[in-house]
Amino acid sequence: MAQDDRKLTVRTSGLARGFDGRAVLQGIDLEIRAGEFVALLGRSGSGKSTLLRALAELDHGVPGSGTIDVPKKRAVVFQDSRLLPWARVLDNVILGLDGSDAAERGRKALAEVGLAGRETAWPNELSGGEQQRVSLARSLVREPDLLLADEPFGALDALTKIKMHGLLQELCAKHQPAVLLVTHDVDEAIALADRIIVLDHGRLAVELTIDLPHPRASRVVETAEYRRILLEALGVEVAA
Amino acid sequence: MSTSVVEPRRFGSGLAGDADTDQKPERISGPDLQPRNTRSRLAPGKPIKFGLAIGPVLLLVAWIIASATGVLDPKTLSEPWTVVTTAGDLIADGRLQSNLWTSVQRALIGGVIGVALGLVLALIAGLSRIGEALIDGPVQIKRSIPTLALMPLAILWFGIGEEMKILLIALSVFVPVYINTYSALRGIDSRFVELAETLDLSRTQFIRRIALPGALPGFFTGLRLAVTISWLALVVVEQVNASSGIGYLMYQARNYGMTDVIIVGLVVYAILGFGSDLLVRSAERKALAWRKTIGS
Repeated sequence: MAQDDRKLTVRTSGLARGFDGRAVLQGIDLEIRAGEFVALLGRSGSGKSTLLRALAELDHGVPGSGTIDVPKKRAVVFQDSRLLPWARVLDNVILGLDGSDAAERGRKALAEVGLAGRETAWPNELSGGEQQRVSLARSLVREPDLLLADEPFGALDALTKIKMHGLLQELCAKHQPAVLLVTHDVDEAIALADRIIVLDHGRLAVELTIDLPHPRASRVVETAEYRRILLEALGVEVAA
Repeated sequence: MSTSVVEPRRFGSGLAGDADTDQKPERISGPDLQPRNTRSRLAPGKPIKFGLAIGPVLLLVAWIIASATGVLDPKTLSEPWTVVTTAGDLIADGRLQSNLWTSVQRALIGGVIGVALGLVLALIAGLSRIGEALIDGPVQIKRSIPTLALMPLAILWFGIGEEMKILLIALSVFVPVYINTYSALRGIDSRFVELAETLDLSRTQFIRRIALPGALPGFFTGLRLAVTISWLALVVVEQVNASSGIGYLMYQARNYGMTDVIIVGLVVYAILGFGSDLLVRSAERKALAWRKTIGS
């Protein structure tokens, strides 16, 4: 691999976590550089959410060891959009932001995710895809150095998902945060990531660099080999 | 049928659907749209206009009919028209207004103090473990003591003046506000706590943006109960050792066997209770406009 001189944003070494004496993560050495888009694949129970929560420093009280080095400015996009139902869309986006320009920045972020004009709507009035876009705007308005996304499109229908992939790719290219996307969707990982890591039984099993230009959705031929490798790593038999 | 149907673009010639290509799919175009009055099978359906008034009006009609036909003895329950004339007399000599004003003042002051007390205690108990340990137990104990049973003690401490009455009203009112607000605070989704953490909210921001608005539905439930309870407590405190107020007016009437005055008092209580509940409900609807429930 070519020497990458982008700033190191995330570094973990020997990261381990466990519940009830059972190891969920062991010996995770992970580095993510500024502007790099990493997808984390794994079967259910492989420990991918545990890793993301560890990086988000949300795993209070979970026994573990190892070191984590993450930037202070980070944002999390959850699978549910997690919007406050009692706050209007704009207030959700700028929740916790100080400064007189907060509203202006919030409006800009909403425009970026294609929701200009919906500032005063209630979250309940939006579709699932729109709610997730608001949640994306809420993350991006904070200009994070690290964006952690925990299956953000898992609850969306297939068509909305494809649109959201394009949007996320575009926004990340523009704002250049380091991204860790947790997913169990191989195609989603291939469509978005610069690098894909597969977690198996709490260990990093496969690491795969994808160097195809975007958009990749229609590159069925080039991505076929990536798919095969990843599906095999995930324990799925693929007929030749 | 309509002529504005767009011919769908078709791809592929050997496909199964090809046999009936000249049959246009039936579509409803704009001008043909009809209002459709179907309703959900499980939701209660559309609100009825003035629906809240229907029950009380029916009750009134039944009373009028029963009195007019003589089914109801005037000694048991005065006729509606007697009650109206008595109310007119009471208003004419100013007794109704002055007693009403006294009562409203008591209920209002006691109610406001009680609601504020309940809210503050609920916030302390709901947002901190120490507060919970200090406050929740005593409130649960207070809950099981009827206000009436506190009266002798309150009279000994505060005499038979206004303080005693306001104190007893406040003590009755704070309980439902506390209980509902507290449980709503404790019921706030832990996912929102997690969100607040990832957004790096301060404690003040968390309370203002998440805890308080999240507990608002519970607070309003408590407030509605509280408003009704403040009128109930009023009846109790005004019928013992009072020299003014609607309760006092009724107490006197009882001594002279004047059912019409008693009913005027009851009607006033009913109007006050019903009216204040309507007020709280409309405030609730405005404050909780974000909610989409089957009741709306």
